Amino acid sequence: MYNFDIETPSTVKDAVAALKQEDAQPLGGGQTLIPTMKQRLAMPSALVSLKGIDEMRGICEDDDGRLCIGGSTTHAEVAAGAGKYPALAALAGQIGDPAVRNRGTIGGSVANNDPAACYPAAVLASGATVTTDRREIAADDYFQGMFTTALEEGEIVTEVKFPVPEKAAYMKFEQPASRFALVGVFVAKFADGVRVAVTGASEEGVFRWSEAEAALTSDFSAGALEGLSLSGDGMISDLHGSGDYRAHIVKVMTKRAVEAA
Amino acid sequence: MKVTMTVNGQTRTGEVEGRTLLSSFLRENLGLTGTHVGCDTSQCGACVVHVDGKDVKACTMFAAECEGAEVATIEGQSAPDGTLNKIQQAFQDYHGLQCGFCTPGMVMTAAALLRDNPTPTEAEVREYLEGNICRCTGYHNIVRAILAASGQEVPAVAAE
Repeated sequence: MYNFDIETPSTVKDAVAALKQEDAQPLGGGQTLIPTMKQRLAMPSALVSLKGIDEMRGICEDDDGRLCIGGSTTHAEVAAGAGKYPALAALAGQIGDPAVRNRGTIGGSVANNDPAACYPAAVLASGATVTTDRREIAADDYFQGMFTTALEEGEIVTEVKFPVPEKAAYMKFEQPASRFALVGVFVAKFADGVRVAVTGASEEGVFRWSEAEAALTSDFSAGALEGLSLSGDGMISDLHGSGDYRAHIVKVMTKRAVEAA
Repeated sequence: MKVTMTVNGQTRTGEVEGRTLLSSFLRENLGLTGTHVGCDTSQCGACVVHVDGKDVKACTMFAAECEGAEVATIEGQSAPDGTLNKIQQAFQDYHGLQCGFCTPGMVMTAAALLRDNPTPTEAEVREYLEGNICRCTGYHNIVRAILAASGQEVPAVAAE
């Protein structure tokens, strides 16, 4: 690997200051970034590791009953500690493999916004709030397309706040080699309506399936989805599946998520 | 830069660069070549070690991130006189290795599983090994070895 500097600050303030240097990039658990750097698809001149920042780690509940997860909390910690939101804990427990879950972080996943990552579906379907070192961003404004978010240069995801739905489930149709979602659907039923977020399928990254949301808000059952169909246009087409195939799987996974919720 | 960590109970210090992976530090600086690097892309799990009690892929974290950490590698698994621990012994008894390249990672992953879940089911063992690849495809005997190491009876039909 080419050489670069690495810094290990212990506070958000120090991390933000370190990220002001040119070509510096935050390093979460590194489970995507390090392999990417080995291939030189990313070549930052400095990495600022966020793993040693205690204030970004852990799970708590705020006064509004939201589950607040620090940006440097690992997938394994969410799987074990998010019992108040079982669908979210289950999602975290299905990411990658055990060793990856012990390093990878929610902040890293949400900041990277891989079009096949699991967390973006949970964040969007829950209507969560992404908290950074400088502001709060609603999920609906945060995700802006494949690998693209509202984050500015050097901005760090310090926490994600999840409203806890009445019922929810995540169903992932795995790409069997990578364990990424070929299609993943997160369904969350709140008192004021249902939200459905789909990952893995669209060339635009995670998106809300609004027709399904409307149908499920009036009748929360798999049968309510019967007449709906999703177009394969704009869906990812690759050797693992065509756009039409993915569109079909979205509906199947949505039904299964409703049944499991 | 200088980094200091505890490896298999001993304090070890070394000079590293930003890019130095934990796997490189263990193998090249410390000469602990039991930690294998198979794919170097965090797929295969041959490099699994424990950092602060958690199983991680040593090829996918930097040595500089291990300042002050407790690291356990395959070299620290047997007793000082060379007596194998129960997982290693079970791998021998159940022929849980063929070429042996993936074995250090398999043993370290099994140790992490059995610490958190002392009596896993066969399905749980298989699921936990998701990030460890054996290119001899010797999975059945690996699963049997881990079930045996957990003190459970290895059913005759297991892994068939």
